[in-house]
Parts: sequence; structure tokens; C-alpha cells
Amino acid sequence: MTDTPTPAGAPPRRALARQILPYAMLSPAVLVTLAIVFFPMVQTAWMSLHDYVLFRPNDFDFVGLDNFRAALQDEVFWISLRHTIIWIGTTIPAQLLLGLVTALLLNQAFPWRPLARALIIIPWALPSVVIALMWAWIYDSNYGVANEFLLRLGLIQQAVPWLADPDTALASIILTLTWQGFPFFAVMILAGLQSIPQSYYEAAAIDGASTWRQFWHITLPGISGVMVTAVLLRMIWVANSFDVIFVMTGGGPGYATYTLPLYAFLKARTNLDFGYGSAIAVLFTALLMVLVLFYLRRTGKAVQ
Amino acid sequence: MALKKRSLGRRLLIVDLPMLLVLAFTLGPYLWMFLTSVTQQSQLFTEGPSLWNATLENYARLFRTVGFAENLLDSFIISAGTVAVGLSLSVTAAYSFSRFNFRGKRILMLQFLLINMFPLVLLILPLFIFMRILGLLDTHLALIIANSTIAIPFSVWMMVSYMNGIPRSLDEAAMTDGCTRMQALRRVVLPLCLPGIIATAIYIFITAWNEYLYALTLGGRNVRPITVAVQTLIGEYEVQWGLLTAGGIVGAMPATVLFLVVQKRLISGLTQGAVKG
Repeated sequence: MTDTPTPAGAPPRRALARQILPYAMLSPAVLVTLAIVFFPMVQTAWMSLHDYVLFRPNDFDFVGLDNFRAALQDEVFWISLRHTIIWIGTTIPAQLLLGLVTALLLNQAFPWRPLARALIIIPWALPSVVIALMWAWIYDSNYGVANEFLLRLGLIQQAVPWLADPDTALASIILTLTWQGFPFFAVMILAGLQSIPQSYYEAAAIDGASTWRQFWHITLPGISGVMVTAVLLRMIWVANSFDVIFVMTGGGPGYATYTLPLYAFLKARTNLDFGYGSAIAVLFTALLMVLVLFYLRRTGKAVQ
Repeated sequence: MALKKRSLGRRLLIVDLPMLLVLAFTLGPYLWMFLTSVTQQSQLFTEGPSLWNATLENYARLFRTVGFAENLLDSFIISAGTVAVGLSLSVTAAYSFSRFNFRGKRILMLQFLLINMFPLVLLILPLFIFMRILGLLDTHLALIIANSTIAIPFSVWMMVSYMNGIPRSLDEAAMTDGCTRMQALRRVVLPLCLPGIIATAIYIFITAWNEYLYALTLGGRNVRPITVAVQTLIGEYEVQWGLLTAGGIVGAMPATVLFLVVQKRLISGLTQGAVKG
């Protein structure tokens, strides 16, 4: 309708209105996001080029790329980057694997399936602060249930201070994040599983394909699209969610659980160094953009 | 008969049992938190949490001495405000994306997707400075604006997906009958995608309710949403786990219940694009 040229006799004013209408309907959302998202982002980039510490609000000296240069020579920056890679590189596969197993189970027929399906997403709905505190209590070195459980099973000889020991702190947080995020994968993959036509399996069974071969040749190709999308989406979200770490350890002990977004946040929050914090945020975003572009190329096709 | 019996046993072993294990892992921490919250503080460090002598004392203290009711109200105002802003701005935008072809459509749509991809830490620093300059720090409005950065793009995407599910011929029929565009949107399209709108609203509500970092940075003293309030329950010398877990249960309750209510529709909306892509 809208694309057809207006009939010769139609008043030009209506044609113009018709062309403007889509933009007019979009403008409120676009203008507000420009004001509250894009403008602040530009501001961050601008701040990163300045020496800006909040307790000296009148000093806003342009220092060029000095903050970035400092970051690259900052040991904590590299520690944080390393943790960010470990953190994303282990959390995502763990979530994916557990999510895949759960989705395959939920795709089977059993009487209490609706109940299981509803309960499985509870971690997804919980506030991350509550998750962080709940797991901090579980990991508690004196009264935590994790220690008691493992001691009784004889897997450890003495209580381990999970979050206070630099060797176990990051791994403990990764387990928590895995717990928080796997329901998302389970739900996405389940939707993918259910879009595979049953007839494929029937045909394969007639041809004598084993369960394993059916999984390998029908199920996996059928859900690979969903899995890639879910992994990319989740990577970006996991990279963003530093609130769990912030509440559980605050980055400690030492720098054992520092990640890049957390480092940027702490720089600004505790040191009030907004210039340097912004520079780290910008660097982190640049790294993340590689993943984002990859995702957009996929979705961009879907949009068309 | 024999065959059926064996297959039942097999099913219990390869489906029910693993499912139970996964559920135990999923719900265990939550149940443990609940158990802790109904145990008396003194008993917690001697015998550990148990249902024996269960008490609601922690919950009573939460509302009587800590003033949790006020925090719940703050959270509610912020979440409801975010829903209002997010939905009102995105309805017309989503309609435009769903019904018109125009120059720049693709780039504008991707723009909304892109916003959700930027790290929060990139926004939180400048938003803090803006709110300080505007004198909005520690107000509900500041947190509504901050949460809208996530809510607007999200609801635009969800609504486009729901509106695409409603045939164009319906609004064209309405316009043939003399409706204007806006009337067709209001009288035909909106009522039809009401379930989708409600699901989107609830998801925004949950996200805003659960949000912590903005709340901590932009609020804190006068306006203290539930997530910040729970965190501040960690005392300076000893952690009162009973009180803390009670706060966690109360704070998580609205979001959990809402999530369970809308999960089906919400998940179909969330996964639609992904399955197709």
C-alpha cells in the first residue's frame, strides 16, 4: 500500500504525509534513545580523552590518548583482560552444555514435564544481587553448605574459603554464573528442538539410524542456528554482567576476580577517576564490538 | 506389556533421574536460601538451617526494623515508571517498523538492536554525571531514565515481533472502512497484540525490578530499591544471614511469580527471531 505511487489526482499534501508518517511514528523512540544512550556514549568517549577526576571537577584537561597509553601499561588492566577471557571462555561453554542437556531432557515425554519446564527458569528470574548473596552464603567458609556437603562426601579434607582464596574465587564465581545462565540456553535450545519436524526422525528410524546418529545428523544441525545466536547473545550479556562479581567479591581477594567492566566501574566508583575509567570502558567496548558485529551480521540477514 | 514395562524403567533412568538432578542443582540454592530465612539467627551458627522450629522472625524484622516496605515501594515506582516509558515510546515505533517500508528502516532497526549490545559500564559513568548536573541523583526519575536505556530497545524488538504476527489485511480493512492509521493502530492492532504487550511489560518490569548497578550508582539514600536494600543488609562486623536471605526471598518474589505467569508467551516472543535466524 504505502509504496505504490499516489494516483495522479491525489493532493500532494497527503502523499507527503504518507512519506513522513513512518518517521514521525518512530521519532519519539529514536529521539529519546539518542538522548539517553548515544549522547552519553559519546560523552564517555570524550571523557576518556581527558584527565577527569570527580573530586577536582574544575579540571578537565585534554590529554589525548594518555589514558589509553596508561591502560596498556597498567598491570591490572592485563590481569582484568585475562580474567575476562577466562570468565567468558568457561562460563559460556558450561552454560551451553548444561543448557543443551536440559533442553534434550525437557524435549522427552514424561508426566511432570510442564512442572520441570516452569521450575527450570527460576534462576533466570532472580535478581543478580540475590543470586550473588545466596551463593556467597553457600560458599561461606565457616557455615557454608558447600563445604559441609563436600566434607561429608569426603571430596575435601578441610573447609575451603572459596571466595577468599585467590585460587578458587574466580572458579566459584564462574559456577554461580553458569547456574544463573544455563536456563536461558535450555529455553532457547528447546524452542529450536521443537521446530525440527518429527518426520525427520521417523524417516531416520526407518532407515535404521541409531539414536546417536539421529542426534548427530538431525538434531545438532537443526539447532545449530539457535545455538550460535544464543552463544553470541549470551557472550555479550555475560561480558556485561559484572554485578554478581561486584557483590560477591568486589574484585578481590587482591585482583583475583577483576574483569574489565568491573575494573572500569571500580576506577570511577572508588577512585572517582572518570577519565581513566572511561578509557577502560571504551577499550572493553571495542573488544566487545568484534562479537557484536558478528552477531549483527547474523541478525541483519534475519531482519531482511 | 513387558516391552512397556522395560521402557518405563528405561525412561526413569535416562530421563526422569537426570532431570531430577538438574532440577536439584537449579532449585537447591534457592531452597537453601529459603530454609536459612526461616531459621533463627542463633540456631543458624549452632545447628545450621532447618525446618525444625521454623520462624518468620526474620521476615518480621525485615519490615519492622529495616523498613523493607519503603524499599518495595521504591522498586515498584521505578519499575512501573520504566514500563510506562518503555511501552509508550515503543508502540508507534514498532508499528512503523512492522507496517511500513521506508528508507533507512534497516539501519534504524539495527540501531535499536545495537543499543542492547553496548556494555552498561559505558553508560553508567556519563549518566551519573548527567544526573548530577541535572540534580536528579537519588530520585525515581533518574532510575526510570537509566532503566529505559534497556527497556526501550527491548520492547521495540518484542513489539515488532508480535505485530508482525498480525495480518496487515486487518488494518487495511479498517482503513477502508474509514479509520485513519492511528485509529487502525489503536482499535485493531493494539487489542490484538495485547497479550504480547502484557508479556513485554512484565519482562520490562522484572528487568527494572532486578536491576542493581544503576540503582546503586544513581540512587542509594532517599531512593533505595530492593536490590540495593538487600545488599546493605550485610552488616559491618557480622553478616546476618537469616535477615539477608529473608530479604532475598522477598526481593525476588514479585519477579519470580511474574516470570512464572508469563513465561510461555514471553519465551515464544524471545525465541521467535532466534529460531528463524
